[in-house]
Amino acid sequence: MSTALDNSMLTLVTFIPLAGALLLLFFPRRDRDIRLFALVVSLLDFVLSLHLPVHFQRGQTAFQYEVNNLWISNPNIHYHMGVDGVSMWLVVLTTFLTPLCVLISWNSINERVKEFFILLLVLQTALIGVFVALDLFLFYFFWEATLIPMALLIGVFGHGRRVYAAVKFFLYTMVASMFMLAAILWLYAKTGTFDFVSIQTAIHNGQVENFGGAATWLFLGFFIAFAVKVPVFPFHTWLPDAHVEAPTAGSVLLAGVLLKMGTYGMFRFNLGLFPEQSRSNASWIMVLALIGIIYGALVAMVQPNMKKLIAYSSISHLGFVVLGIFSFTQAGLDGATFVMLAHGVSTGGLFMLAGILYERRHTYEISEFGGLATPMPVYATFFMVIMLASVGLPLLNGFIGEFLVLSGAFRDRAVYGILGATGVIWSACYLLWMYQRVFYGKVTHPVNLSLPDLSGRERAALWPAAAVALVMGVAPLLWLNAIDPAIQTALAPFAQLASKMVGR
Amino acid sequence: MTSANDMTQVIPQAADYVRILPEIVLAVFGMTVMVLDPFIEERRNQKTLGIIALLGSLAALVATLFQSQYPGLGFWNMVQVDSFSVFFHFLVAAITAVVILTSFEYMKVQRIRAGEYYALVLFGAVGMSLMSSAVELVLIFIALEISSISTYILAGFRLRAAISSESSLKYFLLGSFATAFFLYGVALMFGATGSTSITTIANALHARDIPLLAYIGVALMFVGLGFKVAAAPFHVWTPDVYEGAPAPVVGFMSTAPKAAAFAVLLRVMFQADAPGRLWLIWVVAALSMTLGNIGALVQDNVKRLLAYSSIAQAGYMLIAFGGLPNNGIAAVMFYTASYAAMNVGAFAVISHISGEGERFVTLEDYEGLGRRSPLLAAILTIFLLSLIGIPITGGFFAKFYVFSAALQANLVGLVIIGVLNSAVASYYYLRLIVVMYMREAREDVPVSPIPIGLGAALAISLAATIYLGVLPGRLLDYAARTATEWAR
Repeated sequence: MSTALDNSMLTLVTFIPLAGALLLLFFPRRDRDIRLFALVVSLLDFVLSLHLPVHFQRGQTAFQYEVNNLWISNPNIHYHMGVDGVSMWLVVLTTFLTPLCVLISWNSINERVKEFFILLLVLQTALIGVFVALDLFLFYFFWEATLIPMALLIGVFGHGRRVYAAVKFFLYTMVASMFMLAAILWLYAKTGTFDFVSIQTAIHNGQVENFGGAATWLFLGFFIAFAVKVPVFPFHTWLPDAHVEAPTAGSVLLAGVLLKMGTYGMFRFNLGLFPEQSRSNASWIMVLALIGIIYGALVAMVQPNMKKLIAYSSISHLGFVVLGIFSFTQAGLDGATFVMLAHGVSTGGLFMLAGILYERRHTYEISEFGGLATPMPVYATFFMVIMLASVGLPLLNGFIGEFLVLSGAFRDRAVYGILGATGVIWSACYLLWMYQRVFYGKVTHPVNLSLPDLSGRERAALWPAAAVALVMGVAPLLWLNAIDPAIQTALAPFAQLASKMVGR
Repeated sequence: MTSANDMTQVIPQAADYVRILPEIVLAVFGMTVMVLDPFIEERRNQKTLGIIALLGSLAALVATLFQSQYPGLGFWNMVQVDSFSVFFHFLVAAITAVVILTSFEYMKVQRIRAGEYYALVLFGAVGMSLMSSAVELVLIFIALEISSISTYILAGFRLRAAISSESSLKYFLLGSFATAFFLYGVALMFGATGSTSITTIANALHARDIPLLAYIGVALMFVGLGFKVAAAPFHVWTPDVYEGAPAPVVGFMSTAPKAAAFAVLLRVMFQADAPGRLWLIWVVAALSMTLGNIGALVQDNVKRLLAYSSIAQAGYMLIAFGGLPNNGIAAVMFYTASYAAMNVGAFAVISHISGEGERFVTLEDYEGLGRRSPLLAAILTIFLLSLIGIPITGGFFAKFYVFSAALQANLVGLVIIGVLNSAVASYYYLRLIVVMYMREAREDVPVSPIPIGLGAALAISLAATIYLGVLPGRLLDYAARTATEWAR
């Protein structure tokens, strides 16, 4: 494969959606064509992004497909992009989910269609940008850029209390990311560069002046921005509101990708730049993660609203990711990355399923349903598969990640592993109980008897999610063999730290 | 130094006139407008005079470009053409041009006689331009007065609205009070150093121990200029004046005189190396940001909201004064330019929407603007995002440079206050965006199509905002030359 293509691949994958959005701007307002065009653009982007894993050098630990050009000379900002095994898969997750989002919004969005798909594609560019940026400035740029389209998607196309939810979402994340900006500026003031790799080396070699005094604050500055995004308990209150009010596609991207920006940030920047501070702060962060796992699950249990239930289940699942990241074990981090991907597919799928039901009945209340397996057998089957993936049934994707995380956490401290493991049980409880109430028994509301089953378009949106959930569960190594080297590199400083401590 | 009986000391040379060429051009065009006013019939004078004024501001831009080839001192070392003055001349002339473009439609809709209006805008620009090139405190004072008196009158130009006269009078009374402070400071500075020339003052302050008088002088001058840039605690006039003044005038006076006053502040603080500036700046910057943003949170009138926002924005700019000269100066200059782009643009939108008699200026009147006029709403949104400081807009880099300049001077506390404030600020800008996009459209607030003059004004502001957000390097590099020139 030509190197020119390799070099421009990340730029292409990142900006094709944006280019599509700009073209859409000048499109005539023929809704069908607009939808079709958005689908073509997002599929094209997905196909192109597959180039990344296909030509990825599995054994290599450095960043790949790098581009590094000067963008602005003062301040010293580079257009520096590159991926490792972790970020590459997150990019593919994003490009995988977007076409599904287009499909699922086909009929549910029938007003201001053009604006909707423009926002969706702009959001995609920003999301991919977050994962591939290796310049702190560029990263912050994309990070903030995700806010506006997402807030507008919720606020303009959402349900009842959409404005409240959009503003809450925007303010929470905006305020938190200000702290990250302050930390980034501090690093720039001391090192004169935004380059992730250069800053990492400078910190590692102790060349940053006054670093010792500021390091904990910098760590917290980054952490708070990411913790709100994940969200880590107690910063989670924006999430259920945002999810319940968001349109289906918004929820899919929000749960599937946006939340991962937070955990990815923790992995890349908190661990990457501040290994010592990560180590010393790990205990309380892990406690928060455990609270998130258990609290999220318990609250999910009592939700009468299906979408809110899935939202709280996200808090619980993302708790696993944080737990794995701060266990500093190979298994824990491998698992955390795998959970990120698996959760993106399965929860994305669950939100699509909930959205399909909403299109038919305009409600998410679980009590409004019951016995749906009779009128909608295909729907019930898809729901079953994807729900079981989310529960963590072996052979489906949820199991691998959670198992690895738990074994990592167990190795770090047994009690973490034990408490975390209860989360798996809880998730089985609330999801299965929800499934039972919605699908089994007699049809309690006569309206539900005549609900149509899945249309071809809806099946086209669900098949990929279900299939990938199965493949990820059966052959996790396809993913893990790229993730593994990246984790090893990330953990190298921790091994040194440990030996330093032993040496003392 | 040339000897006292050298002829050049007495009679200004051609080179001297080049040093004030943009001012001359502006003044000539301003007088032309005034003279022509009675001779042109009422119906046609709006457009004609407006176009003459527009040509005047464009000619000033050309004159500035020409002048930039001949840097140096003129008029007995009272004016100095350097990259700094060229920067601000260009900025003031550009703002003037855009404001005049905005005014075409506004004057027609409000049925205001155009003659003196355009002349006053140009005369104001004369003062503002001169403020940035004057390096002698008395001349600075005169320039400040030229600029202020024009803006006092402009603020009262909505003759049928009592609130406009109130605004004008309030601005005049408090403004005169503030200029008196400035003049007092100049007098004390003269007492302390024996000179009113900025370079001589700088040398005198370096040569010996700094007398107490100099500290007081700096503080008093700072009070006067603090009023002009609407920094807290000298900001109380701002909301009332902005509410009453005509919308394009607010766009003008919230940017051009502010930029000029910041230019003077930069000369006084950095070129004269004013003693004891750090604590002044710390307190005033922190107060401006905090009071401005808190005040803006509860406003329902868009003009008042942006008035409080401009107080806060002045606070951000002041942060950079705490930085070291090598990046503090450039940060302030960049900020004034990008602030001008977004604020003039925002007020252009506001003046269009306000309608006859400025009836539609509350947040409610913007409900559903995203449906009624998607283009205007989108443009205003970009300006608001820039005011928040979202990437790919000029406002982002402006904040960025200011904060990083302060961090390099280890002003961590001030930067944290600034960062928290910009988070608070995002709330009220966002409120306006939310109202535009997420509320039902109001049918009783008509939005007329965008006329060509306003369209041009919006296009220029928008292009400048985005350009500064994507490729800020060139402007910043140009601004950064000042520090090296002054250090020589």
